[in-house]
Amino acid sequence: MTIRPGRIAVHIALILYTVLALGPIFLILINAFKTRRAIFADPLGLPNGQTWTTIGFDRVFANSDFGLYFFNSLTVTVVSLVLIVLIGAMAAWALTEYRFRGNTLLSLYLAIGIMVPIRLGSVSILRMMVELNLVNTLTALILVYVAQGLPLAILILGEFIQQIPKDLRDAARCDGVSEYRIFFSIILPLISPAIATVAVFTMVPVWNDLWFPLILAPGDGKQTITLGVQQFIGQYVTDWNAVLASLTLAIAPVLVLYLLFSRYLVRGLTAGAVK
Amino acid sequence: MTDLTAPSVQAADAVPARSRFPLHIAVFLAPALAIYTLFSIYPLIDTIRLSLYAGDETGVRSFVGLQNFYTLLTDPNWSVQFWNAFRNNLIFFAIHMVVQNGIGLGLAMLLSLPRLTGGSVYRTLIFLPTMLSVVIIGFIWQLMLNPLWGIAPSLLKMVGLGGFFGPWLGQESTALLTVSLISVWQFVGIPMMLIYAALLNIPDDLLDAATVDGAGPFSVFWFVRLPLILPTLGVVSILTFVANFNAFDLIYAIKGALAGPNFSTDILGTFFYRTFFGFQLQVGSPTMGAAVATAMLVIILIGVLIYLFGVQRRLQRHTF
Repeated sequence: MTIRPGRIAVHIALILYTVLALGPIFLILINAFKTRRAIFADPLGLPNGQTWTTIGFDRVFANSDFGLYFFNSLTVTVVSLVLIVLIGAMAAWALTEYRFRGNTLLSLYLAIGIMVPIRLGSVSILRMMVELNLVNTLTALILVYVAQGLPLAILILGEFIQQIPKDLRDAARCDGVSEYRIFFSIILPLISPAIATVAVFTMVPVWNDLWFPLILAPGDGKQTITLGVQQFIGQYVTDWNAVLASLTLAIAPVLVLYLLFSRYLVRGLTAGAVK
Repeated sequence: MTDLTAPSVQAADAVPARSRFPLHIAVFLAPALAIYTLFSIYPLIDTIRLSLYAGDETGVRSFVGLQNFYTLLTDPNWSVQFWNAFRNNLIFFAIHMVVQNGIGLGLAMLLSLPRLTGGSVYRTLIFLPTMLSVVIIGFIWQLMLNPLWGIAPSLLKMVGLGGFFGPWLGQESTALLTVSLISVWQFVGIPMMLIYAALLNIPDDLLDAATVDGAGPFSVFWFVRLPLILPTLGVVSILTFVANFNAFDLIYAIKGALAGPNFSTDILGTFFYRTFFGFQLQVGSPTMGAAVATAMLVIILIGVLIYLFGVQRRLQRHTF
């Protein structure tokens, strides 16, 4: 293949934009491991033997419950995702497999949640959670996130279930297998590839959300990592080492997971699930 | 075996329901419908109901009809802030439509060039900021633009624009634009991915045919590819609209609930938060908060309806 000048221009443009997209994140990561003096004297330099320090991280761990916040976020995200996939797949299966009266109406009803942000119901959600005694619990967050994630998950999983060959379930039905068994033993294992797509659309917004942790679980050690970082930085705003370290701690897990699974995430996005 | 004890209603249920609703369908649907209805639809309806009430100091609520909305739109104590937030939100949205979706379209065009080396690497890396929390992005850019740290001014000096730098996040005239561009920077990956996927779906023969007929790259883009991806551009626009008119996190992380300086970055999301929870001396009001939320709901619904009945229906003619 010959190298055309047009192609080089394309690569230069893409590289420049990639640098713009990653530069700020990269700068935060490298400066988190530098002394305060080096942060200001040479912000663009990599940490070296003289400037290397982890004092920011020590301060973050000494002054906040980062491990706990991380665990809270993990619990909320994983439990929400499992419930969304399981409950969403059950509903998607019922809506795509069986023809019954009200099917279309129910699908439309569930589709409302795709376009209307549940956030706008926050006044009532908070009132309900107060009445149910669920304020400052992870349960409150999980319930809201499951309700928020279900509509899109049902749409995506429904499209996926439709592509599963019909012979499989018909053969099972001829053998007298119950509908429950067909779903749990045949369909559920087959939809695992769709979970990556559902995860892009449900897990990431849940992990990153600030709004619901802020109004439903802002204290009592139930903060999620996003809210924890927000509160921590609000307090230690002048301590550059600690601020940079806390940002790095919040970025790192997402970064690692993203680079590990980006293939599936990007595939899910470009598969046209929201077309 | 447990599965045999389950009601053995079988293939017959795939045909239209008879008099009794099949139990297993209800069992499959119940959990999703229950959680969705209780924690999504009911709160939305209850919020609309609450917006028609007013509460006094003792917490007793009384029905006031549309009084809250009248107050919101005409009482200077409320309307000035409401219209300010609405106008800022429109600007916020306009910047996203032009800059975010424009850059997204441009990147998608470049990435969809045939036989581009490293395309998936670019896609993965450019999409990365989208995965991070808006709050984290907000803090990152606050540091980047901090005159004290001086990264932004020294980088600008490197490209000869040193005199151009200012405390952009702190000035009333530039704060909204700066915050909008930070959000654009983070979310450019979404239009890029969606448009990229749409471009890939265009059959090659169509482009080849146009080229054989003598169309240059520009004509191919303008007359062949662009019309074919219009439905996707419609989806991107409505997604941008809903996300923008529901935004909150970024402004709150960078500027706090007061959306300073002097409310110049205030959008409906932050205005809703302040109304609901109160700020400084003003006491939060659930009923006025519900009224603001209902107003936002109406705005979003109008946008969605315009899209569904105006844009989408017209665009569908172009699809295959």
